[in-house]
Amino acid sequence: MVAPKSLGAEGTPFEMDIERGKIGEFARAVHAEHPDHWQGDHPVVPATFLTTQFFWEERVAGANPWALVEMSQERGMHAEQEYIFHGPPPRAGERLFARSRIAEIWEKPSRSAGTLTFVKMITEFRDAEGTLRAEAILTGVETGKPPEAP
Amino acid sequence: MNTPEPRTFGPITRTDFVRYQGASGDMNPVHHDELFAKNAGFPAPLGVGMFPAGVMASWATDWLGPENLRRVRIRWKSPVFPDYVLTVSGQVVREYEEDGVAMLDLELAVTTQEDRVSVQGWMSFVRPEGL
Repeated sequence: MVAPKSLGAEGTPFEMDIERGKIGEFARAVHAEHPDHWQGDHPVVPATFLTTQFFWEERVAGANPWALVEMSQERGMHAEQEYIFHGPPPRAGERLFARSRIAEIWEKPSRSAGTLTFVKMITEFRDAEGTLRAEAILTGVETGKPPEAP
Repeated sequence: MNTPEPRTFGPITRTDFVRYQGASGDMNPVHHDELFAKNAGFPAPLGVGMFPAGVMASWATDWLGPENLRRVRIRWKSPVFPDYVLTVSGQVVREYEEDGVAMLDLELAVTTQEDRVSVQGWMSFVRPEGL
């Protein structure tokens, strides 16, 4: 069950290195075939690559405030995801400095899945100079019961 | 501007989900553990939504260049399961200038073999030179 007290929670800052091998692995998984993901010394990330923040935040105690949301693994799911790039997307070799926060929690009734509880988490990614390079906005939803399969 | 043809992929497999989960770090068992998924009320492992969403975004970045991407927004409309055949399509809906830079907005969708929309997407790109 979503814990309302998690609203406003902020994770501890974490670093994320943009790695060439990870870019290639991720590009293959999402069928991204543009040569800029492979060629040169500093390939560019695929569109949704910043989701790999999971690997970096899990090594830093308290980095992921999502754990405080206590969303059910069975009835919780991803409703929306957004990535905003303030300039060209990151490239291999860059180090980003990230921090996540639980920005919003709200409820909405639904006919097929009980009361829906939405939670929005925003992660900011900055470079060494503190310039905002990208934002990841995750919206999760927990259903009151499992949704009906089509 | 010639919009590329829709891209069809699949039938999608549990292996696609596992490959994506390994790459992304989201190891929720509902996407690969048959028993866990069934106990949660699903007929089979629930497709990891970021997988078709990622393929959708790749269709656009393969066309307009990943370097030019400035925004991608994804909304999930209906679940996917193993053996679904998915189609990515999209179109330019707006051409404009922002701070003197030529931009393009796209609307995209991933549809299932039954023409059900699974994923909706909105993306913004710097318009590539010569396009």
